Amino acid sequence: MRWLHRIRVLMLMLFNRGTEKSRLNQEFEFHLEQQIAENVSHGMDPGAARAAAMRVFGNTGLLEEQTHSEWSWNWLEGIWRDLRYGTRTLLRTPGFSVTAIVVMALGIGATTSLFTIVLSVLLRPLPFRDPGKLVMLYEHFRAFKEPYNVVAPGDFRDWRAQTHGFEDMAAWRNWGGNLSGERGEQPETALAAAGSWNLFTLLGVQPALGRTFTPDEDRIGAENVVMLTWTLFQSRYGGDTNIVGKQIRIDSKPYTVIGVLPRWFSYPDPTIKFWVPYTPAFMPEQALMHDMHQSLVVARLKSLESRTAAVKEVSALQYRIHLQNKGKPVAEDVVSRPMIEDVVNDAKTPLIVLMAAVGCMLLIACLNVSNLLVARGAARKKEVAIRQALGGSRWKLIQEQVTESVLISIAGGTLGILLSFSATDWVVRRWRDLPRADTIHSDGTVLAFAIAIVFACALLAGLIPAISSTSKGLLSSLQDSSRSVQGSASRATLRKLLLTGEIGLTVILLISAGLLFRSFLNLKTSDLGCVTENVLTMKYGLPDKQYDKPEKVLAFHEGLLERVWALPGVRAAGLVSTPPGGGYEGDNVFTIPEHPAQGPSVELDAVTRKADPGYFSALQIPLLNGRFFSNQDRLEHTHTVIISKKFATQFFPGENPIGKHVRMAFKDKLEDLEIIGVVGDTLHDLGQPIKATIYRPIFNGDPMIDSMATVVVRTAGDPLAMALPVQKQVSALDPELPVYDVLTMQQIIGKATASQSFSASLVLAFAVLSLMLAAVGLYGVLSFLVTQRSSEIGIRMALGAQRGEVLRLVLVDGMRPVFLGLIFGLSGGAVAGMLIKSVLYGTRPLDPGVFVAMAVSLLLTALIASVVPALRACRIQPIQALRME
Amino acid sequence: MGKPNDLVQGTLDLLILKTLSLEPKHGWAIAKRIEQTSNEVLQVQQGSLYPALHRLEQQGWIRGKWSESETGRQVKFYSLTSAGRARLEKEMESWKRLSAAIDLVVDAL
Repeated sequence: MRWLHRIRVLMLMLFNRGTEKSRLNQEFEFHLEQQIAENVSHGMDPGAARAAAMRVFGNTGLLEEQTHSEWSWNWLEGIWRDLRYGTRTLLRTPGFSVTAIVVMALGIGATTSLFTIVLSVLLRPLPFRDPGKLVMLYEHFRAFKEPYNVVAPGDFRDWRAQTHGFEDMAAWRNWGGNLSGERGEQPETALAAAGSWNLFTLLGVQPALGRTFTPDEDRIGAENVVMLTWTLFQSRYGGDTNIVGKQIRIDSKPYTVIGVLPRWFSYPDPTIKFWVPYTPAFMPEQALMHDMHQSLVVARLKSLESRTAAVKEVSALQYRIHLQNKGKPVAEDVVSRPMIEDVVNDAKTPLIVLMAAVGCMLLIACLNVSNLLVARGAARKKEVAIRQALGGSRWKLIQEQVTESVLISIAGGTLGILLSFSATDWVVRRWRDLPRADTIHSDGTVLAFAIAIVFACALLAGLIPAISSTSKGLLSSLQDSSRSVQGSASRATLRKLLLTGEIGLTVILLISAGLLFRSFLNLKTSDLGCVTENVLTMKYGLPDKQYDKPEKVLAFHEGLLERVWALPGVRAAGLVSTPPGGGYEGDNVFTIPEHPAQGPSVELDAVTRKADPGYFSALQIPLLNGRFFSNQDRLEHTHTVIISKKFATQFFPGENPIGKHVRMAFKDKLEDLEIIGVVGDTLHDLGQPIKATIYRPIFNGDPMIDSMATVVVRTAGDPLAMALPVQKQVSALDPELPVYDVLTMQQIIGKATASQSFSASLVLAFAVLSLMLAAVGLYGVLSFLVTQRSSEIGIRMALGAQRGEVLRLVLVDGMRPVFLGLIFGLSGGAVAGMLIKSVLYGTRPLDPGVFVAMAVSLLLTALIASVVPALRACRIQPIQALRME
Repeated sequence: MGKPNDLVQGTLDLLILKTLSLEPKHGWAIAKRIEQTSNEVLQVQQGSLYPALHRLEQQGWIRGKWSESETGRQVKFYSLTSAGRARLEKEMESWKRLSAAIDLVVDAL
């Protein structure tokens, strides 16, 4: 019962504190009255009785305080009082408060946003069962730089059947198809994936409707089945649950819908619209091949410690497979990496860079607020000294000042957190290709982080000025205040120190932003190797059900080209499997029959493309040697290839490649193909090095490999205006056939550079903001110094100092921390540059251009910020300055 | 003679608890009672009762209740809680032990 009673008293003390205080006075009064009455009854006159009673009772004021100090919640009362004082002081200087709060809001808001994204994308485990045990397995060619190579289906099959180190292994590959309109829907080309039957079980994914694949469906010749993702289920089938068990047509073939994946499932990325079983996605002869690489393998570890051993076992098996397939491109080793790393791979460095930039900005914001508070501390110096003289404890004074910065941070933080909601949203929408973007949301962790940041900022911003403003000897403060000629030198030193830090961090940010921006510009202007103005590209894929013969495929390709050429406004048209900048597409290994066999481990490898005779002239890719394809290079007469310049220099150094051969298997059997021409290099992806490329005639017309094509159209005017006319030509030939990726060359470049442009712009924005903060800080410090030194300047002028000298005096004073900060920042920037090396393109971490440009822009800003107070200083009238004393 | 500070630490608590063990009282009555029963030897500085009373109340040993006095005024009456009664027993015991020990030392010399 005692605790119940205590809780009652606690509540009383918390909520009825005012009443309790007046009641205590009532108690005292009653007591005194009783005593007075007693005294009177003993014969005293009322005045004496009262005095005597008071004497026996003691000092009521003191007793009241003593009693109060026995009460609970006194700490709360102290905080409350500090908060009231703090709010009052802040309200008295609204300009300062608003500036500080806005600065904090920006810093905290940006940091919270970035943290939300980093938490969801990088830190949160994948939404699968026991995700820590999921790893990806890759083939590793000893001769290749890139360590992670996609896996051949035959390898996967052997790994799964013959090793026992993993609980299970599953594979998937990219796929795609044309969804026909069943009930009046538009035909639609959709990206898809083909997953082995155990993939969903291995990941621990339960379908939202229906079931997942069975082993029997995952074999050549099985009946076609499909699982829909939630997005497709909703967008195309309106969330109609009856779709399960029904048939839909993909590439004109019937597929039975057996299930729908849950809403949250967006692996490998949200562009995948449906899943089919793994094995039927191959041609029968491909399904067991070891030298055709395209699959990704997910494996589940038995235990976290077993990874090394399990991978070793698979790797040993792979080496045996490699030996059995001498001369074919079969990797020697197997490597693994955690699945989460695989998923976030591309986003990791930019995210960390952004997070670091935002952290820098927050630190600058804190230093700035700290700086502003130091200035206020200087103004309140006398007040603090007097309070100390009257016995105010230092701790109490510090507490009071920190309360102010806590208030600023809380106000700024609240604003910042609200800001961060929309900021997060904006970043996620703008940042294409951000993995796991759909999982990004704010939650308790984010809130806790934001609150922690708010208090960290409060302490950081408040503690330095509070300690400094109370540390000064009491006497000297009071003495100081009488004459301020040399006053508060130490406080100015502290402010300059804070400023140096601020400027250093700003320079680091500026340099990083400069490097990133330069990379982005390099990337954007990098030479694709073809004309990029006025070019329209459009993709289509001919379903192999109708287009089952080479003649049919060829007829469509040629028919379309003929119609497009005839359109007014078309300068040239061509067909290619993938246009420059449009992606890697694929590569093939080969040997050169004219060259004596080299060591067994040397694999010759080149990117492959299919093109029609007109493609190169349409995109103005120069012919360097030999000839282009002709209309004779068609159907079975297609043992000809064209190679790129890089191919020629890499594999035929000092030789004429024309007339030589490459031996490669485009489909299933090795062929000797004659080199008839050499063309200029093109980039498969912006920012990637040039790779040796080999072109085959698309007029071969093979229904499996030549059915996907991009029609490229060089136009006289706006290329997008041609999109509809060209599309109409496709429908005229086949109304069921959808086109997709209708893009101009400029759009392809824009898409490829979007994420670089985005992170570069963000970091640049942070840097500019920091630069402004630093300028405000510098301006504040100098203005303060000029005010402090006005009488000194007045004396100097009275003694004959010239205005120019005064100007120089103040400028030098202001620029000293700037130069110090610059030196510190330049060295920090060099380190930062090294750290972000991997995301730089066409520039070095120590790019002198960037360093000079950023140093100059900082110095200019600093100069502008210092000139105003310096000019004010030299306009000081000596008489007035001296009179002010 | 005796100001409360001169009393052995914690003795005032014991005196208050003991005084309240018979019946609820208000502050003035407690002071009077202590003076009377100690034959005016222990003259508590009356005001210093209140911090002690409030401390004891915060700790849950006694309970304060506002009710009407004989003269019809609102007065705070303090009474012992059951926890306070147990506390009193303990305090008494330790006081007896202490005073007995002091007696022993004083008598021995």
